[in-house]
Amino acid sequence: MESVSSPLRCFGECHTAEKYTDDGVETVTSVEQRKVERSIQEVVSVYKQIHSLPPTLLRDQHYQYLKKGLRHLSDAYECLDASRPWLCYWILHSLELLEEPVPTAIASDVCKFLARCQSPTGGFAGGPCQAAHLAPTYAAVNALCIIGTQEAYNIIDREKLLSFLFSVKQPDGSFVMHIGGEVDVRSTYCAASVASLTNIMTPTLFQDTPTWIVSCQNWEGGLGGVPGLEAHGGYTFCGMAAMVILGKEHMLDLKSLLRWVASRQMRYEGGFQGRCNKLVDGCYSFWQAGLLPLLHRALFKGGDSTLSLQKWMFEQQALQEYILLCCQNPAGGLLDKPGKSRDFYHTCYCLSGLSVAQHFGNMDLHHELIVGREENRLVIVFSSLQAPSHPVYNICPEKVAQAIQHFHQLPVPVPAQKEGSSACNTTTDHS
Amino acid sequence: LININQLLSTPTDRKEWADLEPVPQDDGPNPVVKIAYSDKFTDVYDYFRALLKNDEKSDRAFTLTAEAIELNAANYTVWHYRRVLLQALEKDLREEMRYITAIIEDQPKNYQVWHHRRMVVEWLNDPSEELEFIAEILSQDAKNYHAWQHRQWVLKEYKLWDSELEYVEQLLEEDVRNNSAWNQRHYVISHTTGYSDPSILNREVQYSLKQIKKAPHNESVWNYLKGILQDRGLSSHPGLLEQILELKETHCSPYLLGFLVDIYEDSLENTSGDQVEVLSKALELCELLAQEKDTIRREYWSYVGRSLQMKYCSDDPSTTSSAPETDRGSASVSVHQETTCNS
Repeated sequence: MESVSSPLRCFGECHTAEKYTDDGVETVTSVEQRKVERSIQEVVSVYKQIHSLPPTLLRDQHYQYLKKGLRHLSDAYECLDASRPWLCYWILHSLELLEEPVPTAIASDVCKFLARCQSPTGGFAGGPCQAAHLAPTYAAVNALCIIGTQEAYNIIDREKLLSFLFSVKQPDGSFVMHIGGEVDVRSTYCAASVASLTNIMTPTLFQDTPTWIVSCQNWEGGLGGVPGLEAHGGYTFCGMAAMVILGKEHMLDLKSLLRWVASRQMRYEGGFQGRCNKLVDGCYSFWQAGLLPLLHRALFKGGDSTLSLQKWMFEQQALQEYILLCCQNPAGGLLDKPGKSRDFYHTCYCLSGLSVAQHFGNMDLHHELIVGREENRLVIVFSSLQAPSHPVYNICPEKVAQAIQHFHQLPVPVPAQKEGSSACNTTTDHS
Repeated sequence: LININQLLSTPTDRKEWADLEPVPQDDGPNPVVKIAYSDKFTDVYDYFRALLKNDEKSDRAFTLTAEAIELNAANYTVWHYRRVLLQALEKDLREEMRYITAIIEDQPKNYQVWHHRRMVVEWLNDPSEELEFIAEILSQDAKNYHAWQHRQWVLKEYKLWDSELEYVEQLLEEDVRNNSAWNQRHYVISHTTGYSDPSILNREVQYSLKQIKKAPHNESVWNYLKGILQDRGLSSHPGLLEQILELKETHCSPYLLGFLVDIYEDSLENTSGDQVEVLSKALELCELLAQEKDTIRREYWSYVGRSLQMKYCSDDPSTTSSAPETDRGSASVSVHQETTCNS
């Protein structure tokens, strides 16, 4: 295990040379990029002057922020009133990364709350009395798997969940996010994730889905939300992870995808951007960096013998430095970039990305690279479908294994509804 | 859009709601992730739940959906209900277009608002306002993903390609680094002329080289150039290598060097005969990128070098390095690696 207490990459002499070159042609893109670089430079130079300690993950502060949020949220969270299972997942996953146990009582309360979010026609909604939607369904199932008790597993109505998935399945292989809702590649990941964890995959459920996902890969090498759109980290992760779950990752052009994602790491900031020529954001520490373990595994499976045995194909130290120096709120919680507010989404994905950057795992190998103090080390985020490690579900591997083991003891439900049928008898407003 | 009654009061205060029993949200006895809703929020949604429970299809329900949306425009259940009401009550869809236009202007980064607009446009079968509206939104944020998604849908669904390339060029004129605009360029050409016609392809290559000369460190244009040539093979485009090598002297960048690696790799893949020189140049560039010019991608470029060596080295593969850590203490393979084969 390597521990890097010094030197930090961002303190190096060569670091300043990595700043953006605008060739004397100023545009909105270059102006915005330089503003961010200036703010990062400020953070780094303040850090140099004040801190003699190596970068520290503010565990206690994050813990207090998360513990409170699991119970109470201010009215600033009204905008997430249709995403409350997400709040459960973001907070529970952050706690598990920090290795903070969730008290039994509160775990049971989460189960009961998520039960109220489950739709009578299957799937989970953003809150009680709302309509089922694939995103809160993904979040609820993940949250329940993190809790991992029998009570948690028993909340999920597997038969209805399967019929919900069929009800949002489209003839071309894609899924709408909810009845009467929009299509994009997130839906395939949400569907594949919950179906595989709860063992409700049928032979036809994902028919044509891999082909549809492949059509989202574009000239840049990454994936867009729907065919034709710009390559984007969030959508690329969803598409790739879904393909891994479906065992079809080799249908993608992995070499182009690898080139694209490797190019998304910012040479100065160390963090990742979501799209080419856009700004760094802490959440892409997971959506983008998390692709590299998936690609590593896929290439390895494909017979590649030139892969590293110790490192992912991104600068792990630089990412850790970005997260630790630039993405932590001193009062707890993590964020996009300096100057932005903390929130539970960024807390979850910054910590998830930090874990990816700290841990390399391949088959039996596990290699760690911890920037800063040993105490910064997070729980490993990878989960194994078979042997290798990869962050497909973004919950801890033990919880994935346990859930899969539990649900595979149960029979796959028999689908009651045909694909494409609506669970709702009102006018279908999405073709 | 908003009347003074709605601004100053909540549904409980209004006589038109007196007959309806509001339905409080039931989070259970020990709530989690409990949001401290304002009184207004609570009240509006208590009544919304009541309407939903009764499946009420009335004008007051329709008005309430607007209030609910204002409080949380991401509530997809409310949007769906509003669409049900739009149809059941046969509401004026032109007025709905005006409504959704205002909402999007205010909250352009929300999924539901754009999806709703798409639904209304489909029902009206009238895209005539779309390109101008989207252009307006893009003038405020030229990379808004939802806006581009909606635009691509409109163009394809209603076959409105005629002026789009011109629009893309205008955006690239304003910001040559706008990657969304480069993607749109690819989208338009792919869906119209395609890239098969050599005169089109050449036009695009020339356009790209022109933009490269203006701003060599613009990654988007390099990606575009590769993107349009890769299917045909980078090394097959006549004179390209020479042009790039010329640019290397005056307009060098990590992107140019990476592009050269790509050309050499394509040449190795698709040219028969002795490629030792080409391989050597490619490996040298990978090393240069890994060690000096693009160190943030050191692990990636090292891997590319090893892969090329493994694939194209003509001598006994067991003498070339495979995984880098066979050498104890080597931080990166390139430090030890030969840039030529041991033949």
